[in-house]
Amino acid sequence: MSDTRTEKYFGQALKRKEDPRFITGTGNYTDDIVIPGMLHAAMVRSPYAHAKISGINTDSVTGLPGVVKVLTGQDVADAGLGSIPVGWLLPDLKTPAHPAIALTEANHVGDIVAVVIAETRAQAEDAAAALEVDYEALPAVSTAGAAIADGAPLVHDDVPGNVAFNFEIGDEAATSEAFRGAARRVSVKLKNHRLVANPIEPRSSLAQFTPASGEYLLYTTSQNPHIHRLILAAFVMSIPEHKLRVISPDVGGGFGTKIFQYQEEVIVLLAARLLGRAVKWTARRSEAFVSDAQGRDHETEAELALSDDGLILGFRVNTLANLGAYQTLFAPAVPTYLYATLLNGVYRIPAIHARVTGVMTNTVPVDAYRGAGRPEATYLIERIVDMAAHELNMDPAELRRKNFIGPDEFPYQTPVALVYDSGDYEPALDKAMTMMNYPALREEQARMKGQGKILGVGLISFLEACGLAPSALVGQLGAQAGQWESSLVRVHPTGKVELYTGSHSHGQGHETAFPQIAADELQIPIEDIDLIHGDTGRMPYGWGTYGSRSAAVGGSALKVALQKITTKMKKIAAHLLEASPDDIEHEDGVFRIKGAPEKSKTFFDIALMAHLAHNYPQDLEPGLEATAFYDPKNFVYPFGTHIAVVEIDTDTGHVKLRNYGCVDDCGPLINPLIAEGQVHGGIAQGMGQALLEDAAYDEDGNFLAGTYMEYAMPRADDVPTFQIGHTVTPSPHNPLGVKGIGEAGTIASTAAVANAVMDALWHECGIAHLDMPYTAEKVWKAIRDARSQLQAADD
Amino acid sequence: MNVTLTVNGKSYTRDVEPRTLLVHFLREELLLTGTHVGCDTSQCGACTVHVNGDAVKSCTLLAVQASGMEVTTIEGIGTVADLHALQTGFWEEHGLQCGFCTPGMIMSSAELLRHTPNPTEDQIRHHLEGNLCRCTGYHNIVRAVQHAAGAMQGAGQAADD
Repeated sequence: MSDTRTEKYFGQALKRKEDPRFITGTGNYTDDIVIPGMLHAAMVRSPYAHAKISGINTDSVTGLPGVVKVLTGQDVADAGLGSIPVGWLLPDLKTPAHPAIALTEANHVGDIVAVVIAETRAQAEDAAAALEVDYEALPAVSTAGAAIADGAPLVHDDVPGNVAFNFEIGDEAATSEAFRGAARRVSVKLKNHRLVANPIEPRSSLAQFTPASGEYLLYTTSQNPHIHRLILAAFVMSIPEHKLRVISPDVGGGFGTKIFQYQEEVIVLLAARLLGRAVKWTARRSEAFVSDAQGRDHETEAELALSDDGLILGFRVNTLANLGAYQTLFAPAVPTYLYATLLNGVYRIPAIHARVTGVMTNTVPVDAYRGAGRPEATYLIERIVDMAAHELNMDPAELRRKNFIGPDEFPYQTPVALVYDSGDYEPALDKAMTMMNYPALREEQARMKGQGKILGVGLISFLEACGLAPSALVGQLGAQAGQWESSLVRVHPTGKVELYTGSHSHGQGHETAFPQIAADELQIPIEDIDLIHGDTGRMPYGWGTYGSRSAAVGGSALKVALQKITTKMKKIAAHLLEASPDDIEHEDGVFRIKGAPEKSKTFFDIALMAHLAHNYPQDLEPGLEATAFYDPKNFVYPFGTHIAVVEIDTDTGHVKLRNYGCVDDCGPLINPLIAEGQVHGGIAQGMGQALLEDAAYDEDGNFLAGTYMEYAMPRADDVPTFQIGHTVTPSPHNPLGVKGIGEAGTIASTAAVANAVMDALWHECGIAHLDMPYTAEKVWKAIRDARSQLQAADD
Repeated sequence: MNVTLTVNGKSYTRDVEPRTLLVHFLREELLLTGTHVGCDTSQCGACTVHVNGDAVKSCTLLAVQASGMEVTTIEGIGTVADLHALQTGFWEEHGLQCGFCTPGMIMSSAELLRHTPNPTEDQIRHHLEGNLCRCTGYHNIVRAVQHAAGAMQGAGQAADD
């Protein structure tokens, strides 16, 4: 890593190598794949949030056209398949069993109670609709608050009080002390409502079994095919891992929800083995809504202590996290180590204490969704800091500036476990304020008051922890997984190069960014390099893509593997040039003797000789490939300032996101085009939570937003053109200096847009806080109520 | 039930169930898998194709309703060797990430540019509100359409000269 880069490709906004197949409709997504003779599975899903399965009449569909088999929970039990495991264990965590097909009880709307396998998808779906299932409805509970109340129905008998875990972090006594001495206190009670990730490609899985070899092949929509192989082979199916090949081909977006081990993957594997034919299942969108792990869903009470002049003294937080009906792979980690550890934000906060209670409910499981815990933390702290600014009559930017951790304070130990690697928060704030002309926005806001439209300016400064993660550290915290990444570099005799990574691209542009890193290190044209990913049969073990880890961890693994290649090539060059390896330099695309540049060998010369081994160092193995496993020393901590500007029509309550600008710092950018694209998409997803999206349930656990007609996704005319800026503060602890950028936009933008709406409503009519999403109806009612209160107070 | 239709310039006859949607006909009978299915309520636009020149969500039409008609899919609008201006625009402006919504976006945008060759940003955003993208925040999709509009106008002018 250096600040005086001389690289040719790193940092270039190259258009993507993977795009030709996507723009011509020749991508290869799981549902596009056909195996001759394949059957189709349709899931029979519980219409009840909580019900006893008292009978399944499989005879009711056996005669229907095309029906081959009906599977029930009994078939799963008879096959001896294990429960789908949780991958992150907290102390005293209660983990209810999660069978591939419910045996006795359905625990959320959408829980799978039976499966019909038929010759065509339509036949399977017809029969699934016709299958007679007797349910005995049980009392259900859908919110965390209701689930921990006395006398609440139990979701699982083995989870007393519906509490899966109690988690605590920080110093309670020191925090109480800080509050005792504080001149000002600001408190908030808020809900961070539930969301559905909604990658536009629905999940899909296709399994095949070869009896002669005992081998399984699974195509599936996964962000991390090796994790699926590990869980399925070792925990669910009890087969050797090498007997299961998992291929995750082109994947149409993930956003976290394609990390997890799902029931349907187990089902198609089981069905393929039982029936001796390939079996495919592809989710309908309405199934995705009730089966993809959902995100967020916190109920929080928090209090901030400040001095009269706006210094933050302490922060305490009590959060109920709704986990849903089962715990999927990372569920316990999201509201704990990815949330409570982030409550320090970008500020110097002497004392923090947080409690998090993980609560089971009769709803779809909740797990990591883009940002995973960090958006919840950012929303909370940035919301309460804004409320403090309003209370103290300070400009929100100035209150933040006053409390920033200084650039000379890194590495910075927070009171909630994390050690920030590097940061310089004020330049990002200044740049964003200049870019958006912040003073002019405040003048416009004052000018517009009383004109029928109100302007709100939301400013947030944030940080996040990503690049998951140092394996030993996460192991101590309960992860049942390592979090290093692998890379294999294979140089062919012709000098063409294949890179393999355990990381996975489902839109992030790995097939371009990784070759950019390699082309610089190998000093060959990027056209000679391809990246292969997403196939456990072709690459070394890897942990996949989540937690904005691909560049920081996967890219670093690649860098180390590339260095092994060039080191070996120098030895071969030294032999061919009759020099010492120490005297060989790799410059201008050739290997040459320092001080005698006329004697050189090309990349091709050496790649060829490594394979021919005719004239070759005696103590060196032939061949030219290298594998590296890179375990990061710390998380990386990208940061920035985002500014949202909203206009609210006071007659209708309609909120329009008028402008959005941000300055992000994720260290040096490998490809600015790709990095900025990640920010754009992230902003839209975050604003979606603030203004549009709501995965709402009624109190009986019925899901109220099960199609795109009820669940309001951000559309092209809901968002403005974004203004994007950067500062560059390299991470000191990885060989590329890079930090993650995949989630930053989402982590920041929910809070920025929410603060903009609340800024408008505070200035217009003194409303301190409203919960998201800010629908027209909610905003209109809030304005009406606040005005009538103001009116009553005047009278 | 026999259905005959012309897809990307070639005529196909297939015997299908009457309830077969056009999108399933394209994907499963003709193996033209560039047209995608992202929802089941005609909200996402991933399945947009051209039927007799109009952009149509192919999940809203039975294959039999399209019988005798001319259908163009993403595979028919351009090739890697000879890209449509919109395909080039999406590539140049990073108008796609996971690529799943892209065929629908391109097919829908093509209709916009046919009747509005030089659209404003608002016109592009309004036209594409029937097509969902979860990756790009639409920012670069708007640029991609503008890029294509510029290129097509340039080409039109060159042809006029």
